[in-house]
Amino acid sequence: MQTRSLNQILEGRRSQPNQLIEVLQDVQKNYGYISEETMQSVSHSLGVPLIEVYRVASFYKAFRLNPSGKNVLTMCMGTACHVRGARLLVDQATCQLGVKTGEVTQDGLFSVEHVNCLGACALGPIVTENGSYYHHMTPGKLRKLIETLSHREKKDNQDANKNVQA
Amino acid sequence: MPIKMSRLNSIREVEHLREWLREQRKNITTTVMVCGGTGCRASRSQAVIDAIGDELSRQGLNPSVRLCVTGCHGFCEQGPVVIIEPGNIFYCHVSPDDAFEIVYQTVMNEEIIERLLYTDPVSGKKVRTESEIPFYQAQDRQILSQNRMVDPCSIEDYIVVGGYSALPKALNGMTPADVINEIKSSGLRGRGGGGFPAGRKWEECWEAPDNEKYVICNADEGDPGAYMDRCILEGNPHLVLEGMMIGAWAIAAQKGYIYVRNEYPLAVKHSLIAVEQARELGLLGENILGSSFSFDVDIARGGGAFVCGESTALMASIEGKVGEPRAKDVHTVVDGLYHKPTTLNNVETWANVPSIILNGSSWFASKGTQNSKGTKILALTGRIKNTGLVEIAMGTPIHDVVFNIGGGAVNGNLIKAVQTGGPSGGCLPVDKFDLAVDFDVLSEAGSMVGSGGMVVMDEETCMVDVAKYFLEFLQDESCGKCVPCRLGIDRMLEIITDITEGRGTPEQLDLLEELADTVAQTSLCGLGKTAPNPVLSTLRYFRSEYEVHINEKRCPAGVCKALITYQIDPDKCTGCGVCLKGCVYNAITGTKKQVHVIDTQLCEKCGICRSECKFDAIRVV
Repeated sequence: MQTRSLNQILEGRRSQPNQLIEVLQDVQKNYGYISEETMQSVSHSLGVPLIEVYRVASFYKAFRLNPSGKNVLTMCMGTACHVRGARLLVDQATCQLGVKTGEVTQDGLFSVEHVNCLGACALGPIVTENGSYYHHMTPGKLRKLIETLSHREKKDNQDANKNVQA
Repeated sequence: MPIKMSRLNSIREVEHLREWLREQRKNITTTVMVCGGTGCRASRSQAVIDAIGDELSRQGLNPSVRLCVTGCHGFCEQGPVVIIEPGNIFYCHVSPDDAFEIVYQTVMNEEIIERLLYTDPVSGKKVRTESEIPFYQAQDRQILSQNRMVDPCSIEDYIVVGGYSALPKALNGMTPADVINEIKSSGLRGRGGGGFPAGRKWEECWEAPDNEKYVICNADEGDPGAYMDRCILEGNPHLVLEGMMIGAWAIAAQKGYIYVRNEYPLAVKHSLIAVEQARELGLLGENILGSSFSFDVDIARGGGAFVCGESTALMASIEGKVGEPRAKDVHTVVDGLYHKPTTLNNVETWANVPSIILNGSSWFASKGTQNSKGTKILALTGRIKNTGLVEIAMGTPIHDVVFNIGGGAVNGNLIKAVQTGGPSGGCLPVDKFDLAVDFDVLSEAGSMVGSGGMVVMDEETCMVDVAKYFLEFLQDESCGKCVPCRLGIDRMLEIITDITEGRGTPEQLDLLEELADTVAQTSLCGLGKTAPNPVLSTLRYFRSEYEVHINEKRCPAGVCKALITYQIDPDKCTGCGVCLKGCVYNAITGTKKQVHVIDTQLCEKCGICRSECKFDAIRVV
């Protein structure tokens, strides 16, 4: 995905306070989170007080105020997924990675999120990993998924180190 | 885009375009329809689409065979789904490796591939065509059936199947009053939750004295466990747009918004494409089809807040503000978006409009009950054999939906309840399954039709845990503006957490009921007023489960972690060692081919052993 600069995002929306959510959506999409500096620029450009920008950015679930991990594991917590054991999946991911939902692992490789419903209820429980869907998940399958991702990250890291040494 | 696909300046030009498009497609002998909805995409249908596309080119079958990537068919559990017309052949769980066989055998030689056919879980028989599948047979698919005929990214497809016929009909020969009367006499009620008569809403908005008015499509489907709006908007966006256009014409609105959940990326994408296509053909913009009617639609992406399903909160959100509701002393039909008269309906309601205008109100009113007309789409999910989207005539008993369409419970379990209406609805026990799906009937029973979520629960579902789940959801989603909702939900959740963790006392149940009553009566908006419903309905029908948690410190369904232990059934354990290898807490011991044992002191109840055991030997007690 090509990253759009903040100026490009704001193009045609300046001095239009009603564009606040749309602008923040695009910032979130392009940068993965909304930083304090971005909020200040958005506040200035749209003519919305900074406190209101912060209020909106912290009110809606779509917006993050700090960067997420490299691999984002999102657990669907819809009712259909819940009755098929989604809570065990949240416990599994948070215990295995040692973080709470919404947090990022210390190495920055993983974050665990939960979402109210992804609308794929028939296939629950659903977990997504950076937007790829995994359906009919069990705690065992999730553990293997996290292990596979960790191994891949380790391997990528080693390869990168080798390249540096070479 | 061919020359023909340019701005349409009159109603006659729409019909010409339709005839021309149909003529263009005369030579298509076979259509291969692959579902590209969110559910099937989760089952990797994109790879199937690519593989079939490649195979068709390789065999030199274009353009006589058409590959059509459709929206959701509703039977997501069976995805990726492929249908071949003519013949109505239905293949399920298709993988990219099947592409060659599908093209070579079925498309070119009209042979059926047995292994890709659907097996009915009730009779165990293979079913050859889509129309013979019991899941579909028991339904009345007025809206959903249109999804399988169109590529959602193609306005041509929508026009070919007869789309954009209702708008010209309304513009030519119907006055706004005629349109409103038609909707009123059809008895169409809002499909988003409240069930308010759509025609009355339109009429009040039409009467409101203002030159600037709005229509809004609520596609912020926040109810967890419901996804019919996603399916319609994603699968047939022009149907929703046409409904909005007719509504806008009736109330004299110049501008419309589709407020869509950002968690539905495909719905956002398809509605953006649809709006762009409609603009190019002049179906949106100035002087639509040469008339005096001018109207345009924008897409507003929701920020992910359940409270934005409430009309005033949704409108605040479109204005770029925090989605907090306001007191509705003056209704939004008079004082809505930007303080202008606004008609807000949800996706399914708008999608019903074109066919009511085309076929007449009496056609629509011929289905359903006295006060609930037409069909309703339900999201049938949970612990049941056939899960998916189900469209039924209003008035169909719950029993028929769960057992005839849903095929009953999984693993021979006993079905205990259905939860309808999402977090604002309630749970109904099996002995209420003879009740009809009807706005008023379900409300009287302590639940609601709501947006149509129907989650089936069996003996492995704990009703106290379900109530706790909804309270957690609502606590997270309460906007915090009014005290009863913000603090009342917190206190109810504290009590329920006590009960699920073994600290409950009998007096707490009365306190819970009292609190629930206060929250319901004193909250500002619909979210707070209905928030206690999951608690009240489970207390009403499943009080004994609460009592077992409190008095015996036991969770009969085996869900509440503090009250259960994992054990291995010595009669079923074969000593294969899978659980032992899987347990990260080293809580399982045993030697090969001997019965294994779980040390309950070490066990963290993570559930891995249970999900991995192939012999169903791990019990929760």
